[in-house]
Amino acid sequence: MNIKILGGGCPNCILLYNNAAAVCRELEIDAVIEKVVEYEKISEYGVMSTPALVINEKVVGIGRMKYKKVKELIKNA
Amino acid sequence: MIIKPLDDAIIWFLNLFNISIETKFGLSIHFFIYDTIQITLLLVIMILLISYLRSYFPPERTKLILEKFKGIIGNFFGSILGVISPFCSCSSIPIFIGLVSSGVPLGITFSFLITSPIVNEAAIVMLFSTFDYKIAILYIFFGIMVGIIGGFIIDKLKLEKYVEGFVYEIKNKNIIIPSMTQIDRLNFAKQETLDILKRVYKWIVAGVFVGSAIHGWVPDDYLVDIAGPNNPFAVIIVTILAVPLYSNVLGTIPIANALIDKGMGVGTAMSFMMATTALSLPEMMILRKVIKPKLIWIFIAITTSGIIIIGYLFNFIIGGI
Repeated sequence: MNIKILGGGCPNCILLYNNAAAVCRELEIDAVIEKVVEYEKISEYGVMSTPALVINEKVVGIGRMKYKKVKELIKNA
Repeated sequence: MIIKPLDDAIIWFLNLFNISIETKFGLSIHFFIYDTIQITLLLVIMILLISYLRSYFPPERTKLILEKFKGIIGNFFGSILGVISPFCSCSSIPIFIGLVSSGVPLGITFSFLITSPIVNEAAIVMLFSTFDYKIAILYIFFGIMVGIIGGFIIDKLKLEKYVEGFVYEIKNKNIIIPSMTQIDRLNFAKQETLDILKRVYKWIVAGVFVGSAIHGWVPDDYLVDIAGPNNPFAVIIVTILAVPLYSNVLGTIPIANALIDKGMGVGTAMSFMMATTALSLPEMMILRKVIKPKLIWIFIAITTSGIIIIGYLFNFIIGGI
């Protein structure tokens, strides 16, 4: 699984990154988690508000998300 | 608007410390505590409501709306989007790129950028709780107008060449907006309210504090001669002084209110508010990532002129009511 966190480094982006990493550990999912900080690249996903959660190149969530929500999104991907 | 029980409670509380509101000090303290509590209460309620509604209009969806409009109608919607969009300057770049790269004209994008810091839901709450409703409505109206007209002029000047080239090279994927359940929306509203409060609280406390100090210590009518409605240069001077200052709009509202009480012209105070909030160094530095310096200067010049004109119009209209 490939997970990307889109966001220029705001506190919420870091939180989302940490949550995604924790979910993967909890569910024992083998995932590559990347941070995408360049605005050029973020815009290519058509996202206008950050952070955004991208799983296997698909935007699945935008904005602040609770741990439970992140878990649900990763589980269902 | 005065919440009587709160007003009484604070007077009672101050009496415990032998502070009478008959004194200047007591009056300032009372004003400070009362305003901070009232504004916080109103903000929490209103931001919760508006954030919930806004969960139906993420910027991605608004982009789809803006793509459909051209010309002055586009500027109008751009400016309105500026009001309802989240007002964190860290999201202004993705929004700028998202709009311009998907073909929304530059002028319409600027309508959004100009209005966004001047008018937002939290400011609307504070305007109505602080000022006479006529002033609040006029401020909102003119805030939206400066965005529409500023963006319209930028559109006519054909300034696309001053946008950094990479913005136009971005291939926009069509985004599927992730759906939200009702619980997601309520969570979003709660988080937004907390985030906004955290971000603006220091501005409000500082603003109310400075406002209270002015209320308590500056003599009545002190500003009538210097910055009253009859000084023809007041608006220009105040605006130019205010441009390099930076504060969140929520911090300037209590200050402007105190200045009006001391005799500053209403339009002059409105120009002061708009100029401190609309143009700021941090915002310009963020914008520099996507537009060239020349366009930044044009943006500053147009917005400043707009704010000055509004100040005069405001003084004229309020003088007439």
